[in-house]
Amino acid sequence: MHIIESGNVAAALGVKLSRAQVIAAYPITPQTPLTEKLSEFIESGEMEAQYVPVESEHSAMAVCIASSSAGARAFTATSANGLLYMHEQIQWAAGARLPIVMCVVNRGVGAPWTIWNDHQDSISQRDTGWIQYYVNDHQQIIDGVIKAFMLAEEVMIPVMLCYDGYLLSHTYMPFEVPEASAVDAFLPPYKPAYALDPENPANLNTVTMPDVRLDAKGRLAHGYMEIRYLLQEDLIRTIDVMARIDESFRKHFGRGGSPYYETYQCEDAEFIAVSLGSLSYHLRDVVDMLRADGFKVGVMSVHLYRPFPAEAIADALAGSTGIVVFEKALSYGYQGALCSDIKSALYHKGVDGSRMPFVHNYILGLGGREIRTTDLCEAFRKSCTEGAAPTDELRWLGLKI
Amino acid sequence: MGTRQYGRSTSHSEPGPGDAGRTGSWRVVRPVMDPSICIPAKRGTPACFICWLYCPDGVISRTVPPAIDYEYCKGCGICAEECPTKAITMVEEACFIQDKE
Amino acid sequence: MTHTKTTILSLPEEEFVNPGTRACAGCALGTAYRVALKAMGRNTILVVPPSCLTVLQGLYPIAATKLPSLNVTFASTAAAATGLTSALKALGKTDINVVAWAGDGGTSDIGLQALSGAAERGDNFLFICYDNEGYMNTGVQRSGTTPQGAITSNTPLKGKLQQKKDVPSIMAAHGISYVATCSAAYPLDLYDKVRKAMTLPGVKYINIHIPCPPGWGFDTRYAVKVGKLAVETGLYELYEVENSVSRLSGASRKLIDKRALVPVSEYFRAQSRFKLMREAQIGEIQKQIDARWVRYFESPEDNGES
Repeated sequence: MHIIESGNVAAALGVKLSRAQVIAAYPITPQTPLTEKLSEFIESGEMEAQYVPVESEHSAMAVCIASSSAGARAFTATSANGLLYMHEQIQWAAGARLPIVMCVVNRGVGAPWTIWNDHQDSISQRDTGWIQYYVNDHQQIIDGVIKAFMLAEEVMIPVMLCYDGYLLSHTYMPFEVPEASAVDAFLPPYKPAYALDPENPANLNTVTMPDVRLDAKGRLAHGYMEIRYLLQEDLIRTIDVMARIDESFRKHFGRGGSPYYETYQCEDAEFIAVSLGSLSYHLRDVVDMLRADGFKVGVMSVHLYRPFPAEAIADALAGSTGIVVFEKALSYGYQGALCSDIKSALYHKGVDGSRMPFVHNYILGLGGREIRTTDLCEAFRKSCTEGAAPTDELRWLGLKI
Repeated sequence: MGTRQYGRSTSHSEPGPGDAGRTGSWRVVRPVMDPSICIPAKRGTPACFICWLYCPDGVISRTVPPAIDYEYCKGCGICAEECPTKAITMVEEACFIQDKE
Repeated sequence: MTHTKTTILSLPEEEFVNPGTRACAGCALGTAYRVALKAMGRNTILVVPPSCLTVLQGLYPIAATKLPSLNVTFASTAAAATGLTSALKALGKTDINVVAWAGDGGTSDIGLQALSGAAERGDNFLFICYDNEGYMNTGVQRSGTTPQGAITSNTPLKGKLQQKKDVPSIMAAHGISYVATCSAAYPLDLYDKVRKAMTLPGVKYINIHIPCPPGWGFDTRYAVKVGKLAVETGLYELYEVENSVSRLSGASRKLIDKRALVPVSEYFRAQSRFKLMREAQIGEIQKQIDARWVRYFESPEDNGES
């Protein structure tokens, strides 16, 4: 069915079609309409699930952690400080290997308070062991939620599906809503290898020693480090699994084909802009404008940010002359996190002495600062014309200081 | 040999005898029961069992006579203190080491 | 409500805790935990935040408890219990009991927000606070429920200046179906109260007073004696709150018949944590206890069992 709705409703429809069984949420702008919609689906009987109106985001994730541990498919959504308040629980969910799906409706973080969009909230949770997937439009939101449950349950790692507050959450766009029967055929019910059960008792996530140890049956069990190693190993494995799931989704629904990143005009591009989220669609206009002026430019939008598909991204970028990373977040005291990751991914391409593209980094749009197409265009044009910069300076766009 | 074949990727513990091992080794004083004073032992029928009720480690059996599991008894002395007939006395573990020698 | 009181001989013999735990010798939590688990039965899932119970339950990969147990972050105990009840409802397994078991820090301090939220929502589980009156697992720091005058690791020279936080009253103010106080020194009363709580809807709250030999400063053998003194002096009251009506129960109820309390100084003098308390301070607390109990003695029907 083709409808015109908001990004938050697209997410809610994805959650309903995925048959999430427990939903816990605490209100925060701009996430709120998504979870309000879910409560409406459940109260009206359109969706069969438990809705828990928790008293905090920390508790929202606690509900998801416990219900997932008991074998239920769990979902929550949040933004900004709500996500930060969950931080301890986010790490816990990953370490406990629970396939929770959470929509992060991206918003800047305090202090000072801002309610507007940037990516600092989810970027600050980059190193928690979650899968992070950034999407760019409403179709990708609804499809992304369904794929996220599939992916999370296959690798037993939670997924953050990140989309821009307001720019996507509150705008209306046309998108295709998959048939419930088709989603059921794609996404089987959640059947974990172990769920809390009095018939088969286990004590989960207790204190774990630095070294390996024998279990009650005399078998050598992991230490803390092995358990954490396996999280990393499975995250790396997730890169291939994501491609497989994207392909399966494409076969079922006819959409997909870009599991890691999406490119626009990159085939012959000498200069490639890179960004996360809806900004990359904004940059498509800029690419069109610069192409009209004769610049061979393209744009790459990174979908799968953690695990970072470094090889695929480096392969796609290595042949270019210059890369310009536009980011709505930064690792304070250094540079944009995506920029650092891209440089790191390119490093092994340069060890044989081959020519490396230069990398410029622009920080923009923090706390909802307007991103003007002309500013983007001039910044990208400047990078293309001036070439490699003598220093690793961070450039700010739209700053009025 | 490593843990590659262990089969789980989480901290998943299964029930077994407490992982602190044989906690009887913690004991410095040992509860010794006198069956001629202990109520169920004397009567030859289930009775009293206050020692069983209060033992924090569940190492006293509700049997006639009650038996203390010295493999695990930590020697707290609650059983001796609460026994209504003072049938349990706490004896220095050193005495038993000397006996063995 | 009439119900047969459990006796030692009618208490189930089956144990749900294996021996060889890491709990300190003489830890009254061991007794309370053993007995409460008998009341809950096998068809139960536990939720446990960091606490001495985590230590008792043991380190990965061996569990001392024979019931399934979910370890959760410090602040999230009650919310995690909600998560379990929600999942069990969604999966159609509503016959399984959910019990959260937290220490006094995990209840009265860092866990209070989640507990209050769950109580207000009416999620169906039993929350047990085992109250050893301090952060014993981290080395005896003060908590919200540490009593006034007690020396702790972070009130080392003056003792705690503030009074004990009354969490059972906070929980009763939520209008939940059941609030009870118990003591590890009275395990049969504890057993009966847990059994009763398991039959009632929504959040149920039980506070268990747990003497701690190293934290309170007394010889391990006196754990039960000290627990009884807290009740016999009238300082720690055993009671139940049902339908917003509070009634003394168990050993506290019996004190009404006796019309005599043990002087509270005996309780304080039995523990080195109170060694800084001066006679005047103890006298002041004795006055408060007496004032409370005179009311109970005068109108026992308002405070005793009906």
